[in-house]
Amino acid sequence: MTDAAVSGQPRERVAQTATAASPRLMEVGESRRRLLRDSLGIMVSAAGFGLVYGLSAREAAFSPIDAGAMSVLVFAGAAQFAAVGYVAGGFSIAAIVALTAFLNARHLLYAAALAPYLTDRPRWVRAALAHLLTDEAFALAIAHFRRIGRGDVRGYLTGAFVSTFIPWNIATLVGVTIGGSIPEPSRFGLDVIFPAAMGGLAVGLVTGRRELVAAVTGAVIAVAVGLAWDPAAGIIAGGVLAPLVGMALRPSAAEHGREGQLAYGPEPEHDHHDGHTHAEGYFPQRPGHAHDDPAAPRRERDR
Amino acid sequence: MTTDLVLLAALMGLVTYPFRAIPLLAPGFERLPEQLRLYLRLVGPSVLAALAAVNTLVVRDAADRPAFHVGIEWLAVGLCVAVVAMRRSLLLGLVLAAGIVAGARALGIAALP
Repeated sequence: MTDAAVSGQPRERVAQTATAASPRLMEVGESRRRLLRDSLGIMVSAAGFGLVYGLSAREAAFSPIDAGAMSVLVFAGAAQFAAVGYVAGGFSIAAIVALTAFLNARHLLYAAALAPYLTDRPRWVRAALAHLLTDEAFALAIAHFRRIGRGDVRGYLTGAFVSTFIPWNIATLVGVTIGGSIPEPSRFGLDVIFPAAMGGLAVGLVTGRRELVAAVTGAVIAVAVGLAWDPAAGIIAGGVLAPLVGMALRPSAAEHGREGQLAYGPEPEHDHHDGHTHAEGYFPQRPGHAHDDPAAPRRERDR
Repeated sequence: MTTDLVLLAALMGLVTYPFRAIPLLAPGFERLPEQLRLYLRLVGPSVLAALAAVNTLVVRDAADRPAFHVGIEWLAVGLCVAVVAMRRSLLLGLVLAAGIVAGARALGIAALP
């Protein structure tokens, strides 16, 4: 099956993108390979956390059906962990549902950031992809989409379904059924994989001064609000407020040419041959990488 | 085997789904104003850094209040970030991060969470 068929993108559009897109964009296949490598760590993290969730659910007297239904229907780790505590604490259903909405409100930001990449996909596809949107899926998808300059359903599913949904649900069932005989995952350092993966993927999105300032500001605001009020509120506050601080900065001369082009969303048709140059990545790049190597466009032309 | 909580799970899924779906399904996202496009571009690094920081630096204490956490996790996450920045390898960063934490806990240098 071709990439176009798999991703749901018309063949003509793929061809157009391939010829017209900036040479600094990575090829889909190469970006997917990188996505797969990045997904391995996420997969381990999802399995580890899913296991711990299953164990917690078991201790709170959830049946395997209860725990499994939550992992399939809610599919949001923090909200599920919290729900175990709420159920054990005797909270009302209305209170648990309201708190779940509060915890998962950050998904609105994720969906808004991914939406422009997926507007040309059928509505039912977008509706199905929405259910799989998690912290991990967003982190992997946004990095992949930005590397290739457009949306890619197959890439999204790699991060959201293969690397997160499947291991999370299998580990949930393992934890809730035979969890008592499994060693504590944090003994193997699995609890640090999630924050490390989020930090690492954030670095991958830092392509200029504005992104760097937004990332640092987001971390500072999140911790401050998290300590003063609630960690979930901190994450939302960091995600909502920090981009405004980044926007207040003037882009450097090198970044200016890239604004509205490489770093965000599919490239508008009229921007393809406008002569803008792309800024170098903010961090040192591995030589020989199509996306990272400044010489790659020249070699591509020479071929 | 009980199914008492399946209804709760369905309701939790029902209130979560709109946050995930509305921006993806609402019309007009292909023609956003430039300032909003820039804002959304910066949401990614902001929210991922926020997730990393909160999950490393904030824990809940015995009374379920948020508390500042200092531990080996700082070093592990910092190392992963540095490895990704220099080598562009998330997998290597994650392996090193988990290895440091697991080693420190095995040696009794760091406590289990």
